[in-house]
Amino acid sequence: MARAVTTRRKAINTALAWAIGLLIFFPILWTILTSFKTEGQAIADPPIFLFFDWTLENYAIVQERSDYMRYLVNSIIIALGSTALGIVIAVPAAWSMAFVPSKRTKDILMWMLSTKMLPAVGVLYPIYLLFIKMGLLDSRMGLVVVLMLINLPIIVWMLYTYFKEIPGEILEAARMDGATLKEEIIYILTPMAVPGIASTLLLNVILAWNEAFWTLNLTAAKAAPLTAFIASYSSPEGLFYAKLSAASTMAIAPILILGWFSQKQLVRGLTFGAVK
Amino acid sequence: MGQISLKQITKSFGDVQVIPPLDLEIKDGEFVVFVGPSGCGKSTLLRLIAGLEDVTSGVIDIDGADATALPPAKRRLAMVFQSYALYPHMSVRKNIAFPLRMAKMDKAEQDRRVTAAASVLNLTDYLDRRPGQLSGGQRQRVAIGRAIVREPAAFLFDEPLSNLDAALRVNMRLEISELHQNLKTTMIYVTHDQVEAMTMADKIVVLQSGVIEQVGSPLELYHTPRNKFVAGFIGSPKMNFMTGAEAAKHDAATIGIRPEHITTSTTDGLWKGVVGVSEHLGSDTFLHVTLEGASEPITVRVDGELPVHHGDTVFLTPDESKIHRFDANDLRIA
Repeated sequence: MARAVTTRRKAINTALAWAIGLLIFFPILWTILTSFKTEGQAIADPPIFLFFDWTLENYAIVQERSDYMRYLVNSIIIALGSTALGIVIAVPAAWSMAFVPSKRTKDILMWMLSTKMLPAVGVLYPIYLLFIKMGLLDSRMGLVVVLMLINLPIIVWMLYTYFKEIPGEILEAARMDGATLKEEIIYILTPMAVPGIASTLLLNVILAWNEAFWTLNLTAAKAAPLTAFIASYSSPEGLFYAKLSAASTMAIAPILILGWFSQKQLVRGLTFGAVK
Repeated sequence: MGQISLKQITKSFGDVQVIPPLDLEIKDGEFVVFVGPSGCGKSTLLRLIAGLEDVTSGVIDIDGADATALPPAKRRLAMVFQSYALYPHMSVRKNIAFPLRMAKMDKAEQDRRVTAAASVLNLTDYLDRRPGQLSGGQRQRVAIGRAIVREPAAFLFDEPLSNLDAALRVNMRLEISELHQNLKTTMIYVTHDQVEAMTMADKIVVLQSGVIEQVGSPLELYHTPRNKFVAGFIGSPKMNFMTGAEAAKHDAATIGIRPEHITTSTTDGLWKGVVGVSEHLGSDTFLHVTLEGASEPITVRVDGELPVHHGDTVFLTPDESKIHRFDANDLRIA
C-alpha cells in the first residue's frame, strides 16, 4: 500500500521546511537588515528587528572609504578564472577516469579528495614563500592558480560522477557510428553532461568567490577581492557592525543574485542521476 | 560483402584468459547466432569483431583484409546494443542520420536514406521525437535504423531483444529475420536465448567458457549435438539425462532423451513414475515425472491435453531411435 500522505502531515512538513529554510537564511537576512541601521541601533540590546530608522549612510561611507568596484573586479576575475582553468584540466581527467578507469582510479580519486582534509594553514608557509620567490604575491594570477588547485578535487569529483552516469554503450555506439574521440566528446558526451558541467561551474564560482583564507593571506592591495574588502571593516579600533554589514551585503550580493537565478540548474545538477 | 574470419584469436583480461585460441568462418550473407550461458564469452567475441575490445593475439579478417588493428569505425560494421544506446538529446531523425553525418555524407543523401529506413521500420511518424518519448520496441527499431542507413558489411546484434517484453520479442524476432531476408547482409547475433538462436540462425555457434562447443545449423545441433553441453543447451524444454543402469543398457556413460521423444501412457510403458508438476498449456502438456528409484525428475512433452495431475502414476516409453549416447567425457557416441 502506498504511504498515505495526509493534509496535516503535508502542512507540518511545509512548516518544517520553511522553518529550516528561514533558520539557514536568517544570518544573511540579519546582515542585510543591520546594514540599514545606524551603528547605535546595530548594537542595541534588545536587538531591533524591523522598526528602526532605515538609512543608506553605511553604504555611502563604505563606498567613500574603499573602492568597491576594484574589489569586485578582482573577485570576478579570480572566481571565473580559477573555475575556467579548473574545468579545462578536470574534463579530460574526469573523462579518462570515468571511461578508461585503471586499477588505481578509485585510489587517485580518494587521494585527491584527501588533500581537502589537510588544514590549509599547514601549507601556508611554504606556499607563501613560493609566492614570494615566483613574484606571485598580491597578484590575480597567483590567486587564480591557488584557488584552482584548491577546488580541482571537487571539480574532478563532480564531473567524474556526472560522466559515470552516461552509459558507456552510448559512447561505444558513437564510436561504431564513425565518431572520432573529438566528435564523441563534442556531439555526445558534452551535450549529455551539460547539466552536470553547468552545476560544477556554478558551484565552483561560488566556492572561489567565498574563499577567504588564501585570498586574505596572499593579497595586500592590488589583487584583493571582496573577502578582503569585508575583512578590512573588522579593524583593531573596534567593530562597526553596521558598516561591516553593509560591506558584507555588497560583497555577497552578486553571488546571491547569481545563485538565485541559477538555483534550478544548480539543484538539477547536484541531484543529476539520483533518480533514473 | 561481409565475410568475416577469426584466426586463432584470444582475449585475456589481466591474467584471466576469457577466450582461448578460437577459429571461426562467417560467410557473406549468413545469419550467425552466438549462443551460450551468461559469462560464456559471446558478447566479448562480438566486441572483438566490432573492435570495441582489442584482441590479445590472433587475426580478424573482414572481406579478406586484415582488420585486427582497425578502429571500430573503419571496419564497416554496424552494431545494435542491448540498451539500444540511442543518443537521448537527439531526435529520432538525428539519431538515424548520425553515422551518415560522421561520414560527411551530403545532406540530401542523408535525408533520402533516413526517410527510406524510417519507412521500412515504421518510424516515419516518430522522426521528430526524442528517444525518451518512444516505447521499447520503437527504440529498438531506431537502433536498427541507425545501423541500416550505413549499409554496413555486417550487422552485429548484442542481445537486442533482452529488454523487451515477451510478446514484443517475438514480433521483433520476426522483423529482424525479415530484414535479413531483404538485405541479405551478414548478421552476427548474440543471445542467451536458445529459442532465438533456433528460430533465426542459419548457423549457430554454441559457446561455453570462451570455447566453441559446436558450430552448425539449428537442426544439426538439435539432432546431432557434439556433446552433452550442446545437447542440454539446445532444445526446450531441455533434454533429460540418465546415468547408471539405464545408460549402461545402451553402452554409454550418460544417455539423453528429449521431452518430445517420450511417449506417455496411464496404463503401460517401459518406465513407471509419479507426476510432480504438470503444466497444461492447451497445445501441449509438460509433465515432470519422478521415476521409481530416481532422484531427478524427468520432463515429458505430451501433444495436446493429457488429464493427469500431481501424484498420478504414469508410464513412459522413450523412442529408442532418438536416444543420444555420451561417453565418460560427455562426448557424443555416434
